[in-house]
Amino acid sequence: MKFIIVAGTPGAGKTAVLIHTLKILLQQNVKPSVVKIDCLYSDDPKRFAKLGVPVQLGLSMDMCPDHFSIYNTDAILEFARAQNSEFLIMETAGLCHRCAPYTTNSLGVCVIDATSGPNNPMKVGPFLSCADIVVITKGDMISQAEREIFRECILETNQNCSIIEANGLSGQGASELALQIRSTKKRVSENESLRHNAPFAVCTLCAGEKRVGAEHHRGLLRKMNGMQEYVGE
Amino acid sequence: MEIHQITIQAGIDKLGNTERLPDLRINKGEIYGIVGPTGSGKSQLIADIEQLAQGDTASKRRILINGAIPSHELRSDPRKKMVAQLSQNMNFFADMPVADFLKLHAKCRGKSKVDIKQVISIANTLTGEPINASDNLTILSGGQTRALMVADVAIISESPIVLIDEIENAGIKKHEALQLLSGEGKIILVVTHDPVLALSAQKRIIMRNGGMRDIIESTYREKQISLQLNDIDRCILALREDVRAGRKIEEVNFEALRHELSFL
Ligand SMILES: Nc1nc2c(ncn2[C@@H]2O[C@H](COP(=O)(O)OP(=O)(O)OP(=O)(O)O)[C@@H](O)[C@H]2O)c(=O)[nH]1
Ligand SMILES: [Zn+2]
Ligand SMILES: [Zn+2]
Repeated sequence: MKFIIVAGTPGAGKTAVLIHTLKILLQQNVKPSVVKIDCLYSDDPKRFAKLGVPVQLGLSMDMCPDHFSIYNTDAILEFARAQNSEFLIMETAGLCHRCAPYTTNSLGVCVIDATSGPNNPMKVGPFLSCADIVVITKGDMISQAEREIFRECILETNQNCSIIEANGLSGQGASELALQIRSTKKRVSENESLRHNAPFAVCTLCAGEKRVGAEHHRGLLRKMNGMQEYVGE
Repeated sequence: MEIHQITIQAGIDKLGNTERLPDLRINKGEIYGIVGPTGSGKSQLIADIEQLAQGDTASKRRILINGAIPSHELRSDPRKKMVAQLSQNMNFFADMPVADFLKLHAKCRGKSKVDIKQVISIANTLTGEPINASDNLTILSGGQTRALMVADVAIISESPIVLIDEIENAGIKKHEALQLLSGEGKIILVVTHDPVLALSAQKRIIMRNGGMRDIIESTYREKQISLQLNDIDRCILALREDVRAGRKIEEVNFEALRHELSFL
């Protein structure tokens, strides 16, 4: 089975682009399943279900949705297998900017909004830098010069990606994405691992500590001056 | 690569019908206007050409260069791009000084020798409010932004195909802007509602419902009218600058204007 992981910041246009892409794939008699991972709530499953594809929603609540999707990958793959799908497309809205949900044998697609400004590619971290395909949306809202600069900034963070300039409203770029999804040689395996490690430290905040102030915290902690120390047993 | 001709292969309109106008060939040196009501598909046509669409946009048009399908590189690599576009967007999202932005764009286009100061001074010939190299892009006014975009397209994006989407709206000197953008031997397409610009093009494409409907060739008479309208335009722009600068308007040379109008 092909496992397509679509990541990107909230509101970047992931669903809009995917809907156009799924329509094209469906016309080509591909049978995809879709899984949407979000934090608290999402309308996206309804939007996907209108296309007649099997959809499942996972809500991560307190977790970073990308961490949640990583943790639940087996269950997600199981769902798609039960649907006899050749393609599983998972959409997740990363929040922590330090992780990437792509596994070694998935097709990693990052969707990024061109109006977020040319410094954004440097800020969003691994979900851009280790993607196979970077889809740039909302280019219709900026000048050609800004689009060209944005593209260059993406290539500076991820030289090997293939860039698709897409438009979630008009469907521009969707046929290119559908083509790349269909032609990928990658197949998900029994032993997937992450391309990029998730943030490595677990601190007391992760475990629910609410009090502010250094004396309440344990774990691998980084200070303002960049020094890192382990506090605890 | 030398460009002699682009071909717009007809696609579909918003209702899914084949466009009325068959394949359109535009040759080196020609200026086309694109006219039609709001929502008639003018900007889509421009976008199709900018992307060198291959049936992959809403309109399903295909754009050929010298009669052939352009390579993937020509379509995507800004260093190889043959199309410069002045889009309708009137603001910048990049949070950086004007000079840095222009330098970055020149780098993207592979033009290391561009004189940034010159680009800014050219922009300043089009707007009443001067732009400084150190101004942040996001604080520029509509007119300044537009003027800077024109200068950037004319000098940094300098390409054999130039697409202009509504140059008239931001109160810059549009005739000067158009002149700056249209060099010798280029293919130029101008989306416009403005009679001055529409009539100055050799031909104009009439858009309806997302499709190319018809072509009108401009007559000698239309050319004359366009020039006269331009003088009126200049007068109004000068008045506009006076008003913005807080000056009182003492008099307007209506005689001269009437003289122009008497030819219409
Ligand atoms: N102008 C413009 N708007 C777009 C484009 N793509 C998406 N949008 C709009 O952006 C908004 C968000 O799009 P979605 O597809 O819901 O974004 P998403 O990334 O799936 O969002 P979440 O799932 O909530 O994280 C919608 O209002 C879209 O219509 C585009 O290319 N251009
Ligand atoms: Zn979504
Ligand atoms: Zn995370």
